[in-house]
Amino acid sequence: MQMPAPNSRILSRKDHIVARLQSVLPVGAVVHDPIQTRAYECDALTAYKCPPLCAVLPTSTNEVSAVMRICHEEGVPVVPRGAGTSLAGGALPTADSVILGVARLNDVLETDYDNRFIRVQSGRTNLSVTGAVEEDGFFYAPDPSSQLACAIAGNIAMNSGGAHCLKYGVTTNNLMGVTMVMADGEVVQIGGAHLDAGGLDLLGLICGSEGQLGIVTEATLRILAKPEGARPVLVGFDSNEVAGHCVSDIIKSGILPVAIEFMDRPCIRATEAFAGAGYPDCEALLIIEVEGSEAEIDDQLSRIIEIAKRHNPVEVRESTSAEESAKIWLGRKSAFGAMGQINDYMCLDGTIPVSELPLVLRRIGEMSKDYGLDVGNVFHAGDGNMHPLILFDANKPGDLEKCEAFGADILRLCVEVGGCLTGEHGVGVEKRDLMVSQYGDDDLEIQLQVKDVFDPGWLLNPAKVFPLNVTETRRAG
Amino acid sequence: MSNTPTSEQDLSDLIQAAEGPIRIVGGGTRDIGAPVEGTPVSTAGLSGVTLYEPGALTLVAQAGTPLEEIDALLAKEGQRLAFEPSDLRGLLGTEGASTIGGVVATNASGPRRIQVGAARDFCLGVRFVDGAGRVLKNGGRVMKNVTGYDLVKLMAGSWGTLGVMTEVSMKVMAIPETETTLVGKGQSAVQAVESLSAALGSPFDVTGAAFSEGKTFVRIEGLEASVAYRAAELANGALAGFQPVSGAASSDIWARIRDVSAFAGRDGSIWRISVKPSDGPRLVAALDDLSPDALYDWGGGLVWLHVADQPSAGAARVRAELAKLGGHATLVRAPADVRATVPVFQPEPAPIAALTRGLRQKFDPHGILNPGLMGA
Repeated sequence: MQMPAPNSRILSRKDHIVARLQSVLPVGAVVHDPIQTRAYECDALTAYKCPPLCAVLPTSTNEVSAVMRICHEEGVPVVPRGAGTSLAGGALPTADSVILGVARLNDVLETDYDNRFIRVQSGRTNLSVTGAVEEDGFFYAPDPSSQLACAIAGNIAMNSGGAHCLKYGVTTNNLMGVTMVMADGEVVQIGGAHLDAGGLDLLGLICGSEGQLGIVTEATLRILAKPEGARPVLVGFDSNEVAGHCVSDIIKSGILPVAIEFMDRPCIRATEAFAGAGYPDCEALLIIEVEGSEAEIDDQLSRIIEIAKRHNPVEVRESTSAEESAKIWLGRKSAFGAMGQINDYMCLDGTIPVSELPLVLRRIGEMSKDYGLDVGNVFHAGDGNMHPLILFDANKPGDLEKCEAFGADILRLCVEVGGCLTGEHGVGVEKRDLMVSQYGDDDLEIQLQVKDVFDPGWLLNPAKVFPLNVTETRRAG
Repeated sequence: MSNTPTSEQDLSDLIQAAEGPIRIVGGGTRDIGAPVEGTPVSTAGLSGVTLYEPGALTLVAQAGTPLEEIDALLAKEGQRLAFEPSDLRGLLGTEGASTIGGVVATNASGPRRIQVGAARDFCLGVRFVDGAGRVLKNGGRVMKNVTGYDLVKLMAGSWGTLGVMTEVSMKVMAIPETETTLVGKGQSAVQAVESLSAALGSPFDVTGAAFSEGKTFVRIEGLEASVAYRAAELANGALAGFQPVSGAASSDIWARIRDVSAFAGRDGSIWRISVKPSDGPRLVAALDDLSPDALYDWGGGLVWLHVADQPSAGAARVRAELAKLGGHATLVRAPADVRATVPVFQPEPAPIAALTRGLRQKFDPHGILNPGLMGA
């Protein structure tokens, strides 16, 4: 994986740039010691590392604005960083860049239950947004797996989803407004406590733009009343294909589960060995969760079980208590850890039309044999968002490259069947070079032109999302 | 050259050969915005559903496909467009048949927007031809997609000023088993919005919350037993004294609210205003000097304001009061001469206006697509 060569003019002026940044920030908010900057050398895509020129940790929108003004004047690239949990390398620095971390922007600014929104600083973690309102019976719906650690800023940058977005939508469907600092330091307000845009939908454009259009410092988020209860059912099948058909039938029936999760045999076995959740030893299993009062849950689950039974399941396990629910979720929630126990793994995020599930799973199985690398599938089946986990040995020469080639083949397959490269993790550096398989030249050019409008100097996270050769002339300018 | 292209390539050729402004015509039912002088180009030749997978909840259609055709196709499978696009022909005095491209281009969303989202939330992908004649695509036909920038949202609600849409992919949803509306009488706007807030802040998945023609309405949809339970819980709690209405009588209520039928056939100007729900009644009270009449949807956050006998439709007053609260106001109905002089869409602060201008310049470098419709 290639990153642009650092600008030697910037490297040679490090002391001057650090001094200017220190002059507008509190003591200790500029991290520039080469040992300390290593804390920012990568995010959750740990295969690639590079310490930044320095990292700044501003405590207000005004400080972010001052930082951006300086970087703009000095022509220094800025890499925004939420909590550093990106699996796509969204916060990977270059040696000549300033990491702008929002970790110290973590206050709740306003909570309004009558109008069902909360306004927070963007460094606040996803789970602590819910934490701020749950005692009053509310929650913030998008729930990425990293929700304990990940920041709202990163959720907005990547338009994060989660297991429950089948019912509640992803970040863009729950984001009402932002305060954003532009590349030149100007502060703008977009959206607010009201719905929809009065002009062009700039909020929708910013959400998912991977920190390339501006630095979001505050966000107005929709909060919802917590459901009365939730309960899952686990259904096992002796073929992936049949499980896939069952997913389609449930979706079509008009029942709206909050989650439909899918695990295949390699993943089930790894999980059992690791967590001992008591899953049946079968080809595929679904975990389907519904919400409501006890009676409503019973009604929905009985309808779902009726549909499932038409597909000859090898096992149907309906939860009747909180303990049983926790046990059903235990395996799913420890799936990544279980796979990680076996070996290093790479987690993909391609999304496909639900109808293509059986074909894609079969092709992945065939490719796994060709490459000689094991793969486990665990994913959000309701919306076709797959997470194949490819196992490899990072200490074995050539294994990482083989794994990356395998991953790229899977993602091309996703695009081929009508899907996309990434459903909720973002492009980052990881899938940058595959963008040409999903978009034509003009489709990419119009996106670059959008960035030209927001960031004419191409200083915000410039080496991400698009293939480097496509952005080269702009980054040089 | 025909002004009704039948393919993307036709449309691209036509735009590249254009010597002046183009006025994009879908079904012609939403005659909103500053009047556009330009050669009409119709999307009627780009019609038909190209893909429908009920089990994946997705539909792909050419932009000029009539909404009625899509509704009928979906209904056969027990599905629908959940964001409840409005039919404004009665309100605006227009004829014709709404198209799916027009619905997306205007982000036309009805009462259910408060719970499920707007047209922009249900649009999964677009194909369009921009002002330079480039044939472009963004998004796709899957539910989750963060591959590159989300130009789908940008195109939704851009009123044809960034490109002419040729195809859209939509997420569809199942029509629920049943619906019930709880109806309350005798409330003031302030009391009504308090009731609506309480209902929307409950765990009972309210899918409609309006105060219109003196009555307060709260809708619940879903499985039979579930709707009965939720309606009873609300009627025994936050909505004490409300009476349930079910079936066709319930759906008629929401069609009337969705289409703003109460103001159809009445002279005067109509504003569509989006505010924080609790600000709805506050705004209307502050505009008392205009003698307005108001309908409230979206829990109070969508105000349809009727203003009679006011020069410039009371624009200066409406926008001055709105500026104190935050939100946006669109003048959806007024005589053409008023719409030509008063900004129909909410004027933007300078830095936002600069971004809008910059984007238009990239998508439509010659300024030929519906020029002026959304303002300069």
